[in-house]
Amino acid sequence: MSAVIDSHSDDHHHGPAKGITRWLYTTNHKDIGTLYLWFSFLMLFLGGAMAMVIRAELFEPGSQIVSPEFYNQMLTNHGLIMVFGAVMPAFVGLANWIIPMQIGAPDMALPRMNNLSFWILPVAFGILISTFFMEGGGPNFGWTFYAPLSTTYAPPTVTFFIFAVHIMGASSIMGSINIITTILNMRAPGMTFMKMPLFTWTWLITAYLLIAVMPVLAGAVTMMLMDIHFGTSFFNAAGGGDPVLFQHVFWFFGHPEVYIMILPAFGIVSHIIETFSRKPIFGYTSMVYAIASIAILSFIVWAHHMFTVGMPIAGELFFMYTTMLIAIPTGVKVFNWLSTMFKGSISFETPMLFSIAFVALFTIGGLSGLMLAIAPADFQYHDTYFVVAHFHYVLVPGAIFGIIAGVYYWLPKWTGNMYDEVLGKTHFWMSFISVNITFFPMHFVGLAGMPRRIPDYALQFADFNMVISIGAFIFGLTQLLFLFIILKSIFAGKQATSEVWEGAKGLEWTVASPAPYHTFETPPEVK
Amino acid sequence: MKAATKTNLKLVSLVLGMFCFGFALVPIYDVFCEITGLNGKVSGPTITEYDDNFNSREIKILFVTKNNENMAWNFTSEKRILDAETGTAYTVDYTFENPTDYPMVAQAIPSVSPGKGAQYFHKTECFCFEEQLLQPGEKLTMPVRFIIDPDLPDDVPVLTLGYTLFDISESHIKLQASN
Repeated sequence: MSAVIDSHSDDHHHGPAKGITRWLYTTNHKDIGTLYLWFSFLMLFLGGAMAMVIRAELFEPGSQIVSPEFYNQMLTNHGLIMVFGAVMPAFVGLANWIIPMQIGAPDMALPRMNNLSFWILPVAFGILISTFFMEGGGPNFGWTFYAPLSTTYAPPTVTFFIFAVHIMGASSIMGSINIITTILNMRAPGMTFMKMPLFTWTWLITAYLLIAVMPVLAGAVTMMLMDIHFGTSFFNAAGGGDPVLFQHVFWFFGHPEVYIMILPAFGIVSHIIETFSRKPIFGYTSMVYAIASIAILSFIVWAHHMFTVGMPIAGELFFMYTTMLIAIPTGVKVFNWLSTMFKGSISFETPMLFSIAFVALFTIGGLSGLMLAIAPADFQYHDTYFVVAHFHYVLVPGAIFGIIAGVYYWLPKWTGNMYDEVLGKTHFWMSFISVNITFFPMHFVGLAGMPRRIPDYALQFADFNMVISIGAFIFGLTQLLFLFIILKSIFAGKQATSEVWEGAKGLEWTVASPAPYHTFETPPEVK
Repeated sequence: MKAATKTNLKLVSLVLGMFCFGFALVPIYDVFCEITGLNGKVSGPTITEYDDNFNSREIKILFVTKNNENMAWNFTSEKRILDAETGTAYTVDYTFENPTDYPMVAQAIPSVSPGKGAQYFHKTECFCFEEQLLQPGEKLTMPVRFIIDPDLPDDVPVLTLGYTLFDISESHIKLQASN
């Protein structure tokens, strides 16, 4: 806490420092939020470039441009970078920018740790990417790094991968501690829990999930490290271990992790839908309870990722029913979003378009998830492109559309300028159409039996794969437009009012646009 | 203590606790598998006392042997099928042969299927309890002695005892000493 007070008395009378040191030494939540967001944007393009390599290879059957070994490295790092480098840091960046302003706090509770938790991220990804230039190449065992692929059969660089995951985990844990402490202790007087904005609520719960599962991931990679270098046999059957144990430990982390990547998007979309429907969110209380239920349920469903490992029928039934149970709170949320729009006076600015697309397309991803939850059916779908279609539907038009919507929504508050609405709408329609061209046919090839993580495929999947690749190229190129729109809004554009959007609710809309370097040094009164 | 410091301490201890929990999953998983018989993990060599008037029934037991990848040994069981009765002790011999020209150490890992029958498969003696060191060309016969629990559910007519033989020479000290 003393750090907060110190930094305040230091910075009170002047703005940001000049030059690079502003970013290196900053303890300002807005600067750190900006750093996180630019970092995740960079990672989005890096992971996206890898996806382009994958799609180019799959454009036609047969070996096209890369070797199967390199293809494996591409798909592994595409997953790792998108999950840990793009989606998670983007949400942390939004949390840093928005949460203190939404709850009327002057900054995050632990500003120096905030700086640290950002600056170790480039180190982690630097280590991960450096493995490509080493003997044996980068990680090639899939982002789920199942043992023994990631232990006995891994390239020698796996140790660097393990170290990188440790650092990413440390960063997430520090970020989460910071967010929870901020939300629990620094809310403006009068802001009770049930008056908290939904983005803050979703992040509070997400941060608890992160704190609960990132240490388990750290444990899993530590066990791998010990198996590889110190002669233990956690995952080695010859020494009395069990490779299936790895999958249990991994998915105990992995399933809450997928909700970590979607819950904050729920919060963003809730704000946007209520603003552009010009109605308060329908069923605020049920929204909060739904998020909490999803978070709690996420801890008891992990084995639905591994129905085919050989589980007793009782286990399959348990994980099948608990998984299906998650559809209920999720359905409550979708219902509330639709009810908020019902009879609202809706206007379709870019953030709203992305949010409506989020609701529609995330629901498609949720429904294919329900299909996968049916244990007997999952034996057919397991490890096919149907699974790829499912999780890309929840992560791309789900999590990433949520982030893009949030960026458009709060961009005028950050830059002080409105973004170009025509370009924004162009970005939306190009993304919306191409994302469906990319991922919808994956359902068909998956149901027809095309396996995932394979650099080549049978001839009957050729046409659909070409369509998928074309959609992916369009989607990838469209995101360059997003970069241009953001840059344009930084340097030019119509001056934004402090309210930005007509009738927008929340404390962040009471400060000037662009938001001053320090906000809410005297806490506002919330009625 | 300030409220925020208190929150931080609680959260840090939660992080440490969950890190330990990750490791605790290993024994929890083993215990869980042993209780439920999942994964075909068989219960230890302990044998329960049966009543004199237990109901014995017939059961077929299959023996499967398999080498893990790159394992060069010849590994066979004397029987493929045994018509057995529950509650009676049987001995089956397994033969190990090292055809290579260097000493090797191996470890056999058992698995019983179906999983729900695994916990009724009691071994009193087994080569899988220890590692085997064979010199070049050496041949060794070792027994497994077992008894099937009469409480075995009636819907399990066949039990399969599988062994996978792993080459653990590389990590082994016994071998280094013998060289």
